[in-house]
Amino acid sequence: MRIVFKTTYEADIRLFKHGAQGFWYALLLIVAIAAPFILGDFLTGEATNVLIWAICGMGLMLLVGQSGQASLGHAAFMAIGAYSCVLLESAGVPFILALPLGGIITGIAGGLFAMPVTRLHGIYLAIATLAVSVMMEDVIVLAEPLTGGVNGLMAADIEIFGINFNRYGNASGLYWLILAIAILIVLAYRNIQRSPLGRAFAAVRDSEISAQAMGINVARTKAMAFAISTFMTGIGGALMGHFAGVFNQETFNLVISINLLLMIVIGGLGTIHGAFLGAVVIGFLPQAIAFARDGLGHLFHFDSIAIPGLETGIFGTILILFILFEPLGIYGRWVKIRTYFELFPFARRDMFRRQKSYLKTERIR
Amino acid sequence: MSLLELKNVTLKFGGLTAVNDVSFAVEEGEVFALVGPNGAGKSTIFNMISRFYTPYSGDILFEGRSILGKAPHEIAGLGIARTFQNIELFEQASVLQNMLVGRYTHRRSNFLTELLFTPFVRREEHRHREAVEKAIDFLDLQPYREKLIAGLPYGVRKVVEMGRALAIQPKLLLLDEPASGLSVEETQDVAFWIEDIKKVMGITVLMVEHDMHLVSSVCDRVLALADGKKLALGTPREVQTDPRVVEAYLGSDTEEAA
Amino acid sequence: MDLLQLLISGLANGCVYGLIALGFVLIYKATEAVNFAQGDFMMLGAFLTLTFANSNELGLPFWLACILAVAVMAVVGYLVEALLIRRMFGESQIAIVILTISLGIVLRFLAGVIWGHEPQSLQSPLAGKEVRIGSLVLGFDDMTIIIVTLLLTLGLYLFFARTKIGLAMQAASQNQLAAYYMGIPVKRVHALVWALAGGVAAIAGILFAAKGTIDPSTGLLGIKASAAAIIGGFGSLPGALLGGLIIGLVEPLSSRYVAAGVSQIMPYLILLIVLIVRPHGLLSQVRAKKV
Repeated sequence: MRIVFKTTYEADIRLFKHGAQGFWYALLLIVAIAAPFILGDFLTGEATNVLIWAICGMGLMLLVGQSGQASLGHAAFMAIGAYSCVLLESAGVPFILALPLGGIITGIAGGLFAMPVTRLHGIYLAIATLAVSVMMEDVIVLAEPLTGGVNGLMAADIEIFGINFNRYGNASGLYWLILAIAILIVLAYRNIQRSPLGRAFAAVRDSEISAQAMGINVARTKAMAFAISTFMTGIGGALMGHFAGVFNQETFNLVISINLLLMIVIGGLGTIHGAFLGAVVIGFLPQAIAFARDGLGHLFHFDSIAIPGLETGIFGTILILFILFEPLGIYGRWVKIRTYFELFPFARRDMFRRQKSYLKTERIR
Repeated sequence: MSLLELKNVTLKFGGLTAVNDVSFAVEEGEVFALVGPNGAGKSTIFNMISRFYTPYSGDILFEGRSILGKAPHEIAGLGIARTFQNIELFEQASVLQNMLVGRYTHRRSNFLTELLFTPFVRREEHRHREAVEKAIDFLDLQPYREKLIAGLPYGVRKVVEMGRALAIQPKLLLLDEPASGLSVEETQDVAFWIEDIKKVMGITVLMVEHDMHLVSSVCDRVLALADGKKLALGTPREVQTDPRVVEAYLGSDTEEAA
Repeated sequence: MDLLQLLISGLANGCVYGLIALGFVLIYKATEAVNFAQGDFMMLGAFLTLTFANSNELGLPFWLACILAVAVMAVVGYLVEALLIRRMFGESQIAIVILTISLGIVLRFLAGVIWGHEPQSLQSPLAGKEVRIGSLVLGFDDMTIIIVTLLLTLGLYLFFARTKIGLAMQAASQNQLAAYYMGIPVKRVHALVWALAGGVAAIAGILFAAKGTIDPSTGLLGIKASAAAIIGGFGSLPGALLGGLIIGLVEPLSSRYVAAGVSQIMPYLILLIVLIVRPHGLLSQVRAKKV
């Protein structure tokens, strides 16, 4: 167990709790930067995909984990980010401006959506956002002159200062670019967490009545959480549009919305780590299942194609097992393992025993 | 000019008159208590001052100005802090974070500077922390600074809630049953703190309390209520011996006969 | 007359939505959990009836097939609660949402494996029979759907409002600990509610299959039904039916009088408008907290 001697207030404000933590994250960063040299183009592309999911996930995490508002419709905001970014580019705006602008447009859209619905809680908000996601698919099809309808839009190669970041031509370049954006988003997320706004989010999440008594404008804070969350998710959506090359309403359908929520819960709600760990699962699990299926098929000489939808079936089963055995997500499990080793050999079995809590109705507000 | 003044305040819930034509004034620097049996309308008065409820008629003045035009979240900014009868803390946050939320009314940074965590925001954080540490020292909360609220015992939560209200650095502190559910020793601590809040910090206190020992030891004036109506106003001793108050608490002979 | 025809078929559709929504509300009312697999329960119920009743499958009498399907789905509901949901006791609502969404994915997969992905139709004795009043054609299927739904909603409403076990179910959701202390077997009550919701889903499935074809993705109808439950006020049984009827009527009317593409959006647009005006649905079940 590490003992941190806090001698200044700065100890609670700075990004890393202690030097060793800073060291580990620096090492992680180096590994992340070096990854394309080891992985090869195909896996680098997959890693890029995971990073994009993590960016979208951080947006949703801020909303769900920090401000306590569940959204089952974030793919709609990914779509807004992707379409506005690509449309801006086709109007002649360079990518380096179109991306943040797309994010800002999405953030404004998110804030505007949130304003009338800040009085909604829990399941009401979840289904209202789900409705937005369903509607977005149809709206994209209906707005064909702008969005290209079912044929979709084609995203041009990302080009910054003459450097081309084509997914196939410059896989590692694209990876590094998106890694840099992901790191910027992580920093923004951390900054919000350690400043008054982040605390206001937590306050609104835990007790609205008490937040009001502390001088927090609950409606505005919730709308702000929505705006910042959708800003991040919009950036992620724009990147996903570029990564896909061609995208239409199917690229951002309800399944993506649901997967995004599954992802952050599996990863561990309320933590940045959770967004990344969840993205790894969502990004690699279907691949891993397909890989394992093919491997077993070869091994036992059976035709695995006979069962359609096998991947989704296994995917669902794994999710069920996950939520049953580790409701705190992968990050929760990791904290347990880490604590076990830090305290070795003094960790006790029941240290993490779940506090039995009794549910009370949420129908009293 | 009184710090807080209620003028002929009435509040009705449907057919029920919860508060009936109540007037009183809290002077700067005093500890003022509302007492009365359950359902007398004490907490309802608090909730009207917090603007959770709007009076049916009458006016509430703070520093001579009506607060009825204010939204609930604007009250803390005026310098009115409160605690809740059933403790309303932020469960999934630490004691320190809870108390830092109390500094929200002193926030001078906006979301853009916070997103970038500019040096200004950093300096502000130090300033907020300093103010919170004063409250922590005052209430002896050092051992709990980094503990999550969800795992804290009831008595400590009560103190944390008081600390969070103090972090606002209010002019008027509303305490809703500060000693309910506390042990004798803890109640004594509360009595000392209220004394110090008044004398050292110069904060005016308005409280609702059932424990008459606490009320008579710390309060300057007491208002007794029953069924939403004003019964008696005076020093704790005067109010306790008032026949109407005794009647409201114990029931009159005529009522028993009926 | 044409409009009337449209309204009747809309009402029948709305009743099916309302029945699925009823399942959502039952579970929520009694356990505070949201079962996003409710639509898939309905789909399973429909397939089970089809397996029991169709002549190329088991070929049982239709009424027997219906009873069996309802019974099997009640057992499925019970088992889901006992094996999965109960382990999540005390976890956050969102964890249960994730669990039931995943369960829906698995159920759709299993249905695909067992029954295939081709649309199939139930050989219902109601199909094709109709009564003509002037130019108005009243299908037996539509009429049955409407009558069964009304009776079922009324029955469940009375069950919750009047019977001891119904009241116990409501109490268990308001405050589990207090319910324990009052001697209510909270776990058994929860399992019973899930069984009940499974049975209701099976009835919804039978009625849905009586009108058209089914395939595993029919379960996704649960999404529209959840919108119906919210419009009515999540937790209110008559509200669920009301929400279902609103959606059922809005769909054909908007596709006829506005534009075909818009009819997809309309239910959700109405949902948003209702929530903006009344944040807890038309028949709100939420009360203000006392501080």
